Amino acid sequence: MSVTATNQIAPTGQDGHRRDLLHQMLRIRRFEERCVELYSAEHIRGFMHLYIGEEAVATGVMPALTPQDAVVSTYREHGHALARGVTAEAVMAEMFGKVTGCSLGRGGSMHLFDAATRFYGGNAIVGGGLPLAVGLALADRMRDRQGVTACFFGDGAVAEGEFHESLNLATLWRLPVLFCCENNLYAMGTRIDRAQASTDLTGRAASYGLEATSVDGMDVLAVETAARSATEAIRDDGRPRFLEFRTYRYRAHSMYDPDRYRDKAEIEAWRERDPIDALVRHMREAGELTDRDLSGLEADVDAEIDAAIAAAHAAAYEPVEDLTRFVYAEVSP
Amino acid sequence: MTTYREAMREAIRAAMRADERVFLMGEDVGPYGGTFAVSLGLLEEFGPERIRDTPLSESTFVGAGIGAAMNGMRPIVEVMTVNFSMLALDQIVNNAATLRHMSGNQFGVPLVIRMTTGAGRQLAAQHSHSLEGWYAHIPGLRILAPGTVTDAYGMLAPALADPDPVLIFEHGTLYNLDGELDDQTAVDIDSAAVRRPGRDVTLIAYGGTLGTALTAAEQLSGDGVEAEVIDLRTLRPLDDETVMGSVRRTHRAVIVDEGWRSGSLAAEISARITEQAFYDLDAPVDRVCSAEVPMPYPRHLEQAALPQPDDVVAAVARMTG
Repeated sequence: MSVTATNQIAPTGQDGHRRDLLHQMLRIRRFEERCVELYSAEHIRGFMHLYIGEEAVATGVMPALTPQDAVVSTYREHGHALARGVTAEAVMAEMFGKVTGCSLGRGGSMHLFDAATRFYGGNAIVGGGLPLAVGLALADRMRDRQGVTACFFGDGAVAEGEFHESLNLATLWRLPVLFCCENNLYAMGTRIDRAQASTDLTGRAASYGLEATSVDGMDVLAVETAARSATEAIRDDGRPRFLEFRTYRYRAHSMYDPDRYRDKAEIEAWRERDPIDALVRHMREAGELTDRDLSGLEADVDAEIDAAIAAAHAAAYEPVEDLTRFVYAEVSP
Repeated sequence: MTTYREAMREAIRAAMRADERVFLMGEDVGPYGGTFAVSLGLLEEFGPERIRDTPLSESTFVGAGIGAAMNGMRPIVEVMTVNFSMLALDQIVNNAATLRHMSGNQFGVPLVIRMTTGAGRQLAAQHSHSLEGWYAHIPGLRILAPGTVTDAYGMLAPALADPDPVLIFEHGTLYNLDGELDDQTAVDIDSAAVRRPGRDVTLIAYGGTLGTALTAAEQLSGDGVEAEVIDLRTLRPLDDETVMGSVRRTHRAVIVDEGWRSGSLAAEISARITEQAFYDLDAPVDRVCSAEVPMPYPRHLEQAALPQPDDVVAAVARMTG
């Protein structure tokens, strides 16, 4: 899988920068909206966790990373993978369980992997990716490489021991990790203040001695600014940083979740702050976006996703004979 | 003469001299010298970057070992005892063992995790259990149990060369074991070894029970029964060929395993013998395992709970009698 033009974001301040961010957010949202239809039609099975509402986070963080950097993600990672540069075709095929998927179809929605873009998955154990990120960064440090490891996790992970162990170790060893906490207020159906004695996530992170900043996760420009500032600081002094992105998922936790635990008015209030609508408004006011521009972007996105879906339908499944391949490496030392 | 502890230390030293990607991390591996003194003196030679003390965060330093291994390093992670490795079970089972298969062969985890296992030192119920059989259940891992000084030295290099995660279980009573380190080249980590030839019964053991089986074999010899003793060495993947080859010659098998009997490695080996060599057996397979209790502290109870040579002799007597 190569980094394609679909995830290129023009540099801040240059023509097309905001347009690219809008394009990326639309791509992620439309991709997942189509996934819902495909799930209902049973082309996609298993657990599927949607990112709808949270697109500004992945879209704003990824432009701050270089190809040499690494990304560790969670089971709600379609947006991270697409924004990092895993192709829509490879992600969609993975959701279908096809051999052309980015993990040969073996991982599905929760386990997207892509070595070419240094996308280390797709971890479905809450908090389980943080130690991996610490180790990836440790290797970069020990080998004198310049990479930053961006590690995404949710507010639920802050309740896990691995969160505290990992922030402590990364700070103690001065490792180049960007901890990206996507605080969408709910760990499955449990609201953060019902599960965590202190909901001051930056305060808790800062107690380990690393710089921690809270960011409006519904504002892609604010996310990007914060991510660029944090990654520059990490590249400068090699120390980890913690960013809390305050965001919200409009959809239920997963396709199995009847969403009984939230007030509909709360969801509507967050929709008022929708990151795509906000950027469209901003660009229109600045005279940067016409209706025709917007429909052009939508058409591009639709065409890309249509092609990805068609390719996923057409692709083959991995042969059953290969079931036990790659439990271990096939090349002995 | 070299002790098991010194052999392990020299193996780490040689690996670190040979490959700058190799480093050791764990609790008190640095100035303290390792809980069981395996890494004593290595800090002075290699410095704190490569002999790396960790906080008491088993899950995260094992997970960091996985991440570092995925990103070009060859870490050796020391977990103080198998009991403490329960805190890292998520990382070992959900990440190290799954990543290659789940990622469609894009990411491998060339990691070595060393830990102490077993009883016999009056350390009671949270420092004495033999849980390696649990790990041997997991596809994606390779499980080693060096029972000799030669294996304590020789297994590390091939374990580090393995592109997949390898767990090495060091029985706590073996560190002071003395032996000749006759051959400092790497040994294989695929096959079991016949440690004592015999024609009348096969005793199958590994790690801490190898000595138990050999002692029993000497006693049996005095009674005119020649036991063949097999050292499994590698608990996953199991070397069925060596085991079945022996059982087909002796027609009897006793498995000596310090784990609990129920759902154990001994149960697995017994099932395989039944599946593969049933018609060669002159008696049902027997097992000598630990009593199914949390390991007690006082010496008389601990010894009563553990497989003893007399228990092995009695089991053989029942099937040859």
